[in-house]
Amino acid sequence: MRIKKFFYSEKAAPYVFVLPFILSFVFFWIYPLFSTVKMSFQSILPGQVEWVGISNYTKLLKDSVFHLAIGNSIKYTLWTLALLIPFPMLYAVLMDSSLIKAKGIWKAVLYLPALTSVVISGTLFRLMFSEYGTGQMNILLQWLGQGSISWLKGENTAIFALLTLACWRWTGVNMLYFLSGLKGIDSTLYESADIDGAGAWQKFCYITIPLLKPTTIYVLTISVYAGLAMFLESFMLWAGNNSPQNIGLTIVGYLYRRGIEKNQLGYASAVGLALLVIALVINVVQLKINGTFKKED
Amino acid sequence: MIEVKAEGKSFHKKKIGMRKKHRILSIISTAFFSILGLIVIFPVFAGLLASFRPGQELIRKGLSINLDYSSMTLSNYTYLFSGNADSKKYFMWFKNSMVLTLLTVVLTLIICYFIAYGLSMYDFKLRNFLFFLVIATMMVPFEILMLPLYQEMIDLGLINSTAGVILPGLCGAATIFFFRQYMLGLPKELLDAGRIDGATEYGISVKIMLPITKPAFAAMGILCAMGSWNNMLWPMLVYREASKFTLPIGLNTLLTPYGNNYDLLIAGSIFGIIPIFIVFLCFQRYFIEGLTVGAVKG
Repeated sequence: MRIKKFFYSEKAAPYVFVLPFILSFVFFWIYPLFSTVKMSFQSILPGQVEWVGISNYTKLLKDSVFHLAIGNSIKYTLWTLALLIPFPMLYAVLMDSSLIKAKGIWKAVLYLPALTSVVISGTLFRLMFSEYGTGQMNILLQWLGQGSISWLKGENTAIFALLTLACWRWTGVNMLYFLSGLKGIDSTLYESADIDGAGAWQKFCYITIPLLKPTTIYVLTISVYAGLAMFLESFMLWAGNNSPQNIGLTIVGYLYRRGIEKNQLGYASAVGLALLVIALVINVVQLKINGTFKKED
Repeated sequence: MIEVKAEGKSFHKKKIGMRKKHRILSIISTAFFSILGLIVIFPVFAGLLASFRPGQELIRKGLSINLDYSSMTLSNYTYLFSGNADSKKYFMWFKNSMVLTLLTVVLTLIICYFIAYGLSMYDFKLRNFLFFLVIATMMVPFEILMLPLYQEMIDLGLINSTAGVILPGLCGAATIFFFRQYMLGLPKELLDAGRIDGATEYGISVKIMLPITKPAFAAMGILCAMGSWNNMLWPMLVYREASKFTLPIGLNTLLTPYGNNYDLLIAGSIFGIIPIFIVFLCFQRYFIEGLTVGAVKG
């Protein structure tokens, strides 16, 4: 009876409500995180677990394929930041102005790619970037008077294909993020700028960009994570985890190869933790530069 | 107009000039978005056209937008709906995806609602700490936890089960975050009113607060449905039997180097976009709301 009364009390209720989160946090976050840290110091074969100290990590330092994967992921991430922040921001500003007619249609159209699964979009893009003269990108080249290219076999053209896919899928989503950020800007600021005789460009630089900063930081943070953790796009573009000379191999692709395909859970865990460190370092530095920590009390 | 006249002719002219400039800019901008829209729609449109052509042609000619009606055929779709072995396989994946998506959406929303309710409606000791933990889980990409979780599912005997697919993502941090953000804006006085009326804490959360949280449910439900419908990596690891495959995993198995399944692949891919596309069209307003909540206050 007392237990029942306690259960219904105002004191116990919040804990009952958040209990599922605590359970999920312990079983599906803390536990796997610890177990991957533990596994990274082990060599794991079926029925045979051996502590190997830091040898997975020292191997990682010398693993040229891993370095290649890191290079690919970082290059991809930096390019997505360069393409998927300024342009969507500009589109959002245009979309927010009175210049654009039929806004609903453009928003829906630009968002459409995000509805497709990676399997479908990856397959469509693989066909478009086909090395044959019938692929759309090669037809485009022929229009421009160029010869066909084996897009998915060259290092630079491969990353171009990956970036095209990324821009296609995420431009609309990021634009919507910026649009919602713009909605939060007080319109009287623009009015007073008009009275002061500020031009469109000045308004963009001195009002829009500074006041969009929280949104930009948010988009930047999720883009860094999405870019570094990119895997399926490459998996679909090359119809599997193997690309010529690993030009499409990403860090997660390498983790998948080692952990799932080769069943080396220990080594793959070390790869995953290296990714975590890279992601955290980039984001902490990024947030520090942007002064997010200072603002919070 | 009266003010314009009062200000004099030069200003009137200037205003007309500005209007003209605005109109030209408007045409240019709208044209720009039209072109952008066409580029964006192109791959999907080409895929749609390709689904009306024999699969062999897709391999030979790629994604062509050549509107050659004579070579167009419904054969891929009649094959898809023919009820033969391939067709049965496809609709099995389709059904599996539907079941998984429905279960994921319903369970995630209910559980995340109550967690967020606890975090937003009560002042208790661990509140801020727990919310910090919610945010912390967002800081680790799922791909890093994928392997240990996979191992954990094997140990728990949940591999190859729908529970194994759903459980790890049930308390999605983003969903909790959104619900909490939404509920912080609701009047807490309603709780006291409920208490005075003799409702229990749990009764209040269900009977009083849940109905006014409906918009948040709509927004998160759609986002969650989209994520689940298109989710591939984790289900691919958990499901081992072909009879449990979802649509993305199943379609992926059709991608053989020989391309002998392209009839099914292209028609099935296009048909597979339809459910989520319908949901999107019906709830576009909520969609955008759900997507952008983190951006404003994050």
